[in-house]
Amino acid sequence: MEALDGNAIGGMLYQVFGGEMTMAQAVCRRCGARAPLAECAVYLGGPGVVVRCRACHNIVMVLVEVRQMVCVDLSGLSKLEQPE
Amino acid sequence: MTPPAVVSRGFRGRRRDTDVDPARVPPGQSVTSDFPVLSAGATPHTPLDRWTFSIENGGVLRTWTWEEFRALPSEPVTADIHCVTRWSKLDTSWEGVSVDTLLDEVDHDAAYVLALCDGGYTTNLPLEDVTGGKAWVVYTYEGEPLDPEHGGPARLLVPHLYLWKSAKWVRGLRLLDEDEPGFWETHGYHMYGDPWQEQRYSGD
Amino acid sequence: MSAVVDETPRVRTLELEIPGWPGHVAGQHVDVRLTAEDGYRAERPYSLASAPGEAPAITIQRLEDGEVSPYLTEDVRPGDRFEVRGPIGGYFVWRPNDGGPLFLAAGGSGVVPLRAILRHRRNSMSEVRARLLYSSRTLEDIIYRAELDGDDVVHTLTRAQPSGWTGYARRVDTGLLREVAWPVEDGPLAFVCGPTSFVETVAAGLIDLGYVPTRIKTERFGATGGR
Repeated sequence: MEALDGNAIGGMLYQVFGGEMTMAQAVCRRCGARAPLAECAVYLGGPGVVVRCRACHNIVMVLVEVRQMVCVDLSGLSKLEQPE
Repeated sequence: MTPPAVVSRGFRGRRRDTDVDPARVPPGQSVTSDFPVLSAGATPHTPLDRWTFSIENGGVLRTWTWEEFRALPSEPVTADIHCVTRWSKLDTSWEGVSVDTLLDEVDHDAAYVLALCDGGYTTNLPLEDVTGGKAWVVYTYEGEPLDPEHGGPARLLVPHLYLWKSAKWVRGLRLLDEDEPGFWETHGYHMYGDPWQEQRYSGD
Repeated sequence: MSAVVDETPRVRTLELEIPGWPGHVAGQHVDVRLTAEDGYRAERPYSLASAPGEAPAITIQRLEDGEVSPYLTEDVRPGDRFEVRGPIGGYFVWRPNDGGPLFLAAGGSGVVPLRAILRHRRNSMSEVRARLLYSSRTLEDIIYRAELDGDDVVHTLTRAQPSGWTGYARRVDTGLLREVAWPVEDGPLAFVCGPTSFVETVAAGLIDLGYVPTRIKTERFGATGGR
């Protein structure tokens, strides 16, 4: 299956972070590549959503909806910054 | 406080086959005739001349190349499969090697296994849930070589548990003394995953 | 849902009445959530086809083994209700102040948010130049065909062309982009939307032509499961 991008999960990200997140710059912990979440590779993987760095394919974020609450794992990011 | 959901007139979700024996459908599942492709990453493409399957416990105990693996005794399997995303598919047909056959070749006293896959995916299972004729490493689906999108060249098949335990692109089993959460289990899913008890999430 | 417009045999626009709708920015989308009587839920994102200031509308393409699109394109009737979350999106959006010239590339239903951008540009009487490159399979598959007609729209038909067709008849490649996209010296701003493979091909092609990567916005559409 081909990856989508962070635009596809804009609503879910808004719900988790409480604001518009697709322009937030994600810095990959493994390779240091920096990109807006809108450009990261998104796999709607069934049990959850997996977001990967486009440069090195490392997982930067995992989102799982557990009983109507969204749990998010950001351990693949070294930084997540909103633009100025 | 969230407002009540708006029910949309006539929406039924995936077409449900109404002439299915309800005893075959676990709670919360709907039967589909599709075979949805869901993944956590790009489809791996390991060439068969580099593919191996291993059993390890920290060190490698036994490895098979693709030729060696295909030479093992295999059997057809017909099974109902249940995905935690609420679709079920009945009477799917596969062919592969029983995990019993693979574990018979190693000496061990492990209580759990962790399936290891191309792309880094893992999932954990109790040993007794992959032995006694309950699990296979399959490489044929509906008479054809297993498509990479569906986990080919080979995937684990453990039909009595939710389909996330039937790890795609499986390359080996790590023997463990204690249960250790795999990928989805680490992210909130149930350590065991019995669809008949609707064990979707940790704590269910 | 207040009204229906059949755009093509497989594509339908739904005009929505959303109490408290705050308005939106061109390029944004909404998440549509359908709940069945037994509580079963499905949710999908759909781009807004309407420009800011117009009544909200979404355009949906029916996917053969889709779970939501068959319902929205075949079963929904005026008066029916469903939940909508949004508007969503801050990356794949255009406001007149963002300038141009705009190069818009659409693959199939990827034209929806780009049409919202073009309508907004027209409604706000922006002087920004815009060109749309629109890839469809056949003439009948062109969404908003009457509206998207003119010098600033270039069509390519990839599967079949009507007799006498003098337009492009192949999938977009770098050569086609070189002929159609604004030259790099003009400082263009590109928006590319459609299936993942279309977006990757076009974005890579524009980068080959020298487009500034941060001035190429991408939005990938896809089935959320499929076969």
